Amino acid sequence: MAKIKLAPMNALPGQGAVTIGAVTIVENATIALASLASRRGQAQQVSKAAKKLGLDLPGPGKVSASTPYSALWLGPDQWMIFAPGDVDLDIAAKLDVGFGPAASITEQTGGWVCLDVTGPDLPALFERLCAIDTAAMKPGQGTRTVIEHLGCYVLCVQTGQFRVLGPRSSAQSLHHALATAAAAIA
Amino acid sequence: MRLSGGQIDRSQTLQFTFDGKTYLGHPGDTLASALLANDVRLMGRSFKYHRPRGAVAAGSEEPNAIVELRSGARREPNTRATTAELFDGLEAQSQNRWPSLRFDMMAVNDLLSPFFAAGFYYKTFMWPKAFWEKLYEPIIRRAAGLGRASMEPDPDSYDKGFLHCDLLIIGAGPAGLSAALTAGRAGARVILADEDFTPGGRLNSETFAVGQTSGADWAKTAVAELVSLPNVRLMTRTTVVGAFDHGIYSALERVLDHLAEPLPDKPRQILWRIYSKRALLCAGAIERPIAFANNDRPGIMLAGALRSYANRWAVVPGKQVALFINNDDGLRTATDLVAKGVNVLAVVDSRTSGPKLPGLNHYQGAVVIGTSSRHGLTGIKVRTAEGSSISIACDVLGVSGGWNPNVALTSHHRSRPIWDDAIAGFVPGANIPAGLSVAGAAMGAFSTMAALRTGAEGAAAALADLGITARVDLPEAEDRAFNITPLWHVPPHLGGRAWVDLQNDVTVKDIALAKQENFVSVEHLKRYTTLGMATDQGKTSNVTGLAVMAELTGKTIPETGTTIYRPPYTPVAMGAFAGRSVGADFRPVRLTPSHKWATEQGAVFVEVGMWLRAQWFPRPGETTWRQSVDREALATRASVGICDVTTLGKIDVQGTDAGAFLDRVYANTFSSLAVGKVRYGLMLREDGMAMDDGTTARMGDHHYVMTTTTANAVTVFRHLEFCRQCLWPDLDVQLISTTEAWAQYSVAGPNARKLLENLVDQDISDAALPYMGCSHITIGGLRARLFRISFSGELAYEIAVPTRYGDALIRALVAAGQPYDVVVYGTEALGVMRVEKGHAAGNELNGTTSALTLGLGKMVSRKKDAIGVVLSGRDGMTAADGLRLVGFKPVDPAKPLAAGSHFIATGSPTDAEHDDGYMTSVVYSPNLGHSIGLGLLKSGHDRIGERLRMVNPLKDMETEVEVVSPHFIDPQGERLRG
Repeated sequence: MAKIKLAPMNALPGQGAVTIGAVTIVENATIALASLASRRGQAQQVSKAAKKLGLDLPGPGKVSASTPYSALWLGPDQWMIFAPGDVDLDIAAKLDVGFGPAASITEQTGGWVCLDVTGPDLPALFERLCAIDTAAMKPGQGTRTVIEHLGCYVLCVQTGQFRVLGPRSSAQSLHHALATAAAAIA
Repeated sequence: MRLSGGQIDRSQTLQFTFDGKTYLGHPGDTLASALLANDVRLMGRSFKYHRPRGAVAAGSEEPNAIVELRSGARREPNTRATTAELFDGLEAQSQNRWPSLRFDMMAVNDLLSPFFAAGFYYKTFMWPKAFWEKLYEPIIRRAAGLGRASMEPDPDSYDKGFLHCDLLIIGAGPAGLSAALTAGRAGARVILADEDFTPGGRLNSETFAVGQTSGADWAKTAVAELVSLPNVRLMTRTTVVGAFDHGIYSALERVLDHLAEPLPDKPRQILWRIYSKRALLCAGAIERPIAFANNDRPGIMLAGALRSYANRWAVVPGKQVALFINNDDGLRTATDLVAKGVNVLAVVDSRTSGPKLPGLNHYQGAVVIGTSSRHGLTGIKVRTAEGSSISIACDVLGVSGGWNPNVALTSHHRSRPIWDDAIAGFVPGANIPAGLSVAGAAMGAFSTMAALRTGAEGAAAALADLGITARVDLPEAEDRAFNITPLWHVPPHLGGRAWVDLQNDVTVKDIALAKQENFVSVEHLKRYTTLGMATDQGKTSNVTGLAVMAELTGKTIPETGTTIYRPPYTPVAMGAFAGRSVGADFRPVRLTPSHKWATEQGAVFVEVGMWLRAQWFPRPGETTWRQSVDREALATRASVGICDVTTLGKIDVQGTDAGAFLDRVYANTFSSLAVGKVRYGLMLREDGMAMDDGTTARMGDHHYVMTTTTANAVTVFRHLEFCRQCLWPDLDVQLISTTEAWAQYSVAGPNARKLLENLVDQDISDAALPYMGCSHITIGGLRARLFRISFSGELAYEIAVPTRYGDALIRALVAAGQPYDVVVYGTEALGVMRVEKGHAAGNELNGTTSALTLGLGKMVSRKKDAIGVVLSGRDGMTAADGLRLVGFKPVDPAKPLAAGSHFIATGSPTDAEHDDGYMTSVVYSPNLGHSIGLGLLKSGHDRIGERLRMVNPLKDMETEVEVVSPHFIDPQGERLRG
């Protein structure tokens, strides 16, 4: 029947990279996301299955990056799995195959907006936005925090590059908050 | 009068105005120092008696010199002239005077002062009671005001922020700088905060040497080193205003207050939350005055403040100086001023012994017993040790009654400071905030050397706790002992009031009156006399007031007690608390996947929590909202309508015990639901009241998708997580919100299926997807979900795609619906159709209704236990005459109804006793052609067909209504099964 092909739209349609002072903010709409949670008593199985996918599931505050998946610790026996560069991947179905009944997997791609933030002194930006100590964060670390009332994940990708995952429906508010703070420190 | 030297930049001149008159100053000046340099001593009027007042202090403790800064929307009242940094174009106004500062008509209060003693208002304006709010209070407030608010929106922006450190050092005087150097050199993460714009504290006010240089130069060198250390953050113009739990401090940074206008996009102030592992309080000490008759004249200042003005700002507020002291420190003012070439006429020293200054009229054992004159000091009267009275013509009097360690922050967790006889002052007590220690004058270590040493040692000890080794390396500095013989007040002999709290006009006599009326406890003393209230919070008056009370009651000061200091240490603008969260940025918004499309259609939006939902979609020619809503509701029932329902909470429930879990949180059963089916669920609170409702679909053996109401999405998720983690950790169940991960639209109406068949790749006939079925489908190969559920009562579906495709889907649905004259409807039409169908929503699930009330009593399964089931059967919840959900229509169809109205039986009086219930929801039904309502009526289910009065005294409405079934449209449910 396939009469129509739906076209995707970014969380910030028409919004390219914005540079304010030394800070650049850009939506990264290339990552598929899924949550992964161990079923009760299945933590070892899940860890094993993850290893088969080339992934070491990280502990609190940590991100482990690999190919094709990366993972961020969300809570006890719970992670966010990233599939960079493959936003249209049916990631939950794909992971279901890998983890089987040991884990509960839920697609999260559409739930989040991902903003990549670059600049020489990003702690100066984030100290205006959230309570976490971004000056002490090293590449491969990431954690949950609150930015302008929004529950967000802030990840240190590399020196000079942070990634903010925020609720997609508030993408404009989140972008505005980051841009306002960037202007304030510019 | 300007002297030579000082830390002002004479190469630049700044122009400013005070009460409209233009003056000149220099960078480095405060408003107070610049005014004094221009021989302006009268800076304000007192709060209650409108007494003429001038600056007393040189810092944030100032009680008198309170002014309005700037003009227009930026006008800021109650600003201390002593901390306002001078800038070119600064405009300042005196406040609390009319018509002018010099001729203040309200000073009549001063003549009437015998009537205005403490407690006057409480005793006088008692009768008649109603007059207080409407008459007395407004008049009193007008007379006894502080500054005026601008009454305009604040044009400036404020910010908030979060900082982290190993050691927070509060105050950058000798102790703070010494601590920061010690910790900074050891590599610790250090924040050094100081409220002044020039760090150094008293080092900038004194002439002592530190090492081989002046104290001020040593401070400059120390600051330069600290600035060069990447691990040290020096924050000037930053006041630490509060100590909170777990090493958290709040600090206000006045980023751009020293400019006429903040720079574009830049915050004027930032309220910081500082997470410290350890903190060191180096807040110094505050000098206190001595109370004697008429000790409030402009020109009477603290002796240490005179040194600050002379040494730092090269200013002396007159030509002939006298001093009144009870301690050695006050003598320094004499030597410093003499060194500056100022004429020091007399030192009145209340002590009978001690060092005597050579070459000066040093009266030992003498006290000041009176002063003249009104707008500025012209002379003092002194009683000598011999008892004779002499007059001295002087225009400046420096007073020192000793120094109070600045213990405010140590008290923020209710620690009481303890009395130290050696310095006649309170020092930090036990149980100060965890992780906080104190150094320097704030702990009573008054000499420069003691400050440097305790600062460095305090920092080293704090860092040792954290496993960081620091080396203490100290310069040489003066280390003289502090000699004081306490003198709190000189009893007035010749009349005249002895002022204790200059800001609140509290005199020694007021304290005596408080004692006489048995307001002896310090907290009562404070409330009765207002001692220690208002913007300065008694920084210069609290201890003196306490000492006077101790003297009057014959107790010691420690026996008398202390008041508790609370945050903030100095006033904080409301704007700083708000930060960026003002106006449109008060809170973030949530936009639905169809928002862009809806905006293009000119939709009218409504805030639902943080969501912006389309309320209706006006079309050309429609002039009222009802026209749009009626059209949307009619067209949906006639053919097909689409509504964005993404905002409903969606919770993914997985795990082998997912069904068992849902059985426990829902009143009805879900474990028996077949895969591919949807069921309406009702969730109860523990107390048996209805909490939330929604549909839950079984997508797989161990996978359910729950929906919640928009408003309760977060509450329900939090409740479920609590149940999962705390109540039943033994269940294998995992939860995660997917509200935003899917764009979901309702497609409702007789042509709903035909519309969807144009888009969906699968067979969705009634046989393939019957009522209350759900299915994984695809749209052009894209994964999607289809639920056959109905809120409107029509044949209806909800279709969901990954959110990124939501915009494309609404456009595709509208395009596919063109042959059927599809409409997109908003929340108003949604509400109309749900009331027509008799579905309860937020208005009915209002926290006071049970399943039985809502007509859903049969949903509460007795075959299993679930949260709220037991208590839903408790006494009173099941009464036969309880409220029941029913429908209402006006007997005269032309009459409108009003939600919130109450039902009263025909013939009964309109009072609470005869109240039979109330109307929860009212809409105009375009399908029926009249208003309809849902309401809660006593024994409602037995009263169908009865006529009642719908009464609304607030709207002055009364309408006769008929009780009907809540199902106005298609009560048999034939349409939704079509």
